Amino acid sequence: MKKIFTFIKDFLIERIIFLCGILAIIFVFLIFLFLLNQGISFFGAYSLWDFLGGKFWYPASDPPQFGILSLVIGSLFVTIQAALISIPLGVMTALFIAEIAPPVIKDILKSVVELLAAIPSVVIGFIGMITLVPLVRKLFNIPTGLSSFSGALMLAFMAMPTIVSISEDAIRSVPWSYKEGAIALGATRWQTMYRIILPASLPGIMGAVMLGMGRVIGETMAVMMITGNAAHIPSSVFDPVRTMTATIAAEMGETVKGSTHYHSLFAIGLVLFIITFIINFIADTFMRKTRR
Amino acid sequence: MTAVKWHIICLIITGVSLYLISCNRKPGSSDQQEYKKAIQIKGSDTMVNLVQAWAEEFISNHPDVNLGITGGGSGTGIAALLNHSCDITMSSRSIEEKEMEEAEANNIHPVEFIVGLDGLIIIVNNENPVIELDLDQVRDIFLGRIDNWKNTGGYNSKIVILSRESNSGTYTFFKERVLKRGNKNSKEEFSPHALLMPSSQAIVNEISQNPHAIGYVGMGYAHARVKSLKLKDTSKPADADPVAPTIDNVLNGSYPISRPLFLYTNGEPSGNIKVFIDFALSERGQIIVRETDFVPIK
Repeated sequence: MKKIFTFIKDFLIERIIFLCGILAIIFVFLIFLFLLNQGISFFGAYSLWDFLGGKFWYPASDPPQFGILSLVIGSLFVTIQAALISIPLGVMTALFIAEIAPPVIKDILKSVVELLAAIPSVVIGFIGMITLVPLVRKLFNIPTGLSSFSGALMLAFMAMPTIVSISEDAIRSVPWSYKEGAIALGATRWQTMYRIILPASLPGIMGAVMLGMGRVIGETMAVMMITGNAAHIPSSVFDPVRTMTATIAAEMGETVKGSTHYHSLFAIGLVLFIITFIINFIADTFMRKTRR
Repeated sequence: MTAVKWHIICLIITGVSLYLISCNRKPGSSDQQEYKKAIQIKGSDTMVNLVQAWAEEFISNHPDVNLGITGGGSGTGIAALLNHSCDITMSSRSIEEKEMEEAEANNIHPVEFIVGLDGLIIIVNNENPVIELDLDQVRDIFLGRIDNWKNTGGYNSKIVILSRESNSGTYTFFKERVLKRGNKNSKEEFSPHALLMPSSQAIVNEISQNPHAIGYVGMGYAHARVKSLKLKDTSKPADADPVAPTIDNVLNGSYPISRPLFLYTNGEPSGNIKVFIDFALSERGQIIVRETDFVPIK
């Protein structure tokens, strides 16, 4: 009797777990379909070429202009800068935590870095707006501190936890035998790290970097508060930029449901979805390589 | 492990009891549709401070009424009225024809109340030597035709233009009145270099610490940390004096950029919604309008 009960319980729990797993896939798929459905109808009213290649974003004007070139460039520009700042910092922090730091410091550092991930982005944005923006303006003597550079600095902070903790896992999963081999050959600590550990964990680190970038490009609140939101193609890192995410967030509340403007925001969402999908796909490919 | 379990159980108990308590406090009021206890007010960021001031006084006289006030912009507020997600919309522009059609299609009948006047002020940093501009200069700055302060009598430095997002009634009003001069066919647009800020407070914050910036906000945001410019109406004779943005100058019409402030309801208001709007239009309500740096209509 008890056996049958256990059997049924096992069976049910297995099904529930299966359902949960499948649900995630269904949701992603449904979200994509919804975006596609809402976004595609935009191209009935506006040409795809003008949308992707247009430089001007004046959605509330008459006639409206829906060119997202400057928005896409804005998003990528901020993301690349954030990458240049956060990758060296993040990977070196991960190396330090995994290889050099004594256990006590290691524990403290790890939990503090993870705590960084817990700060809501609106708080980061607010702190950036009050402290970083005036500082950047005075430091570089530029017209305004609301620039892609300030945004990238703040975003680099937000990408750090992802990059550090996943890189650290990758570095720690390098087999001991590799290190023993290197040390046996007379390599110094730095030589071991640089020649053996880093190359061995590189795919994992690349995966970490791509995931971090995925977070940066999708980040909304902080960039909306710090980057200035001027929809033009930046000519230097100190120019303000407007990102795709900030545009959606700032304008979604106002649009009349079903209008061209409303659908155009979904079309931006679609572009964003495709970009993050590609980034995640690359990250996944790298992560898979590490496991082999 | 057991400690964790106990924590969870405690949390659940607290949660359930809090829920029960809150249920007890708000007895079901289905028979009191007329006298709604919770009124949602949404819309113009410019008017949030004013409506909040009304609400504080209103609640002290009607403690049983709950007022929820949120900003987001006039466009957001009107959209909310059309979606049935608010009872009163605050708007710093009148409802557009397109929105009116949309409303009728959704079986909503917006009723308009003018509750005060607002002057838009052009603000710069206190360190900026410029104290007055004429309307042509203001227009050319925001169009991007003048991009250096030295062309308007200031230091040799680039002008940083601050604007609101396009969902703001202030944005629409400024564009119609200052950039397009009321000409519907005009194609003038804000310079693409203009920084679009999420709120009026964000504009004031940035200007208070940036000597190169210029922006526009409602009179309610006038603040010692920023300087409001005197404006010269270019349609008036050349020797006319520039006009300071004061309540008197808005009332007598000499200040060139001012606008009415509206409340919208769905259909003729009744119950507590009517009581609230009557209060806003009452003598006391209009004193509050003046206290929050807007211009009363009576």
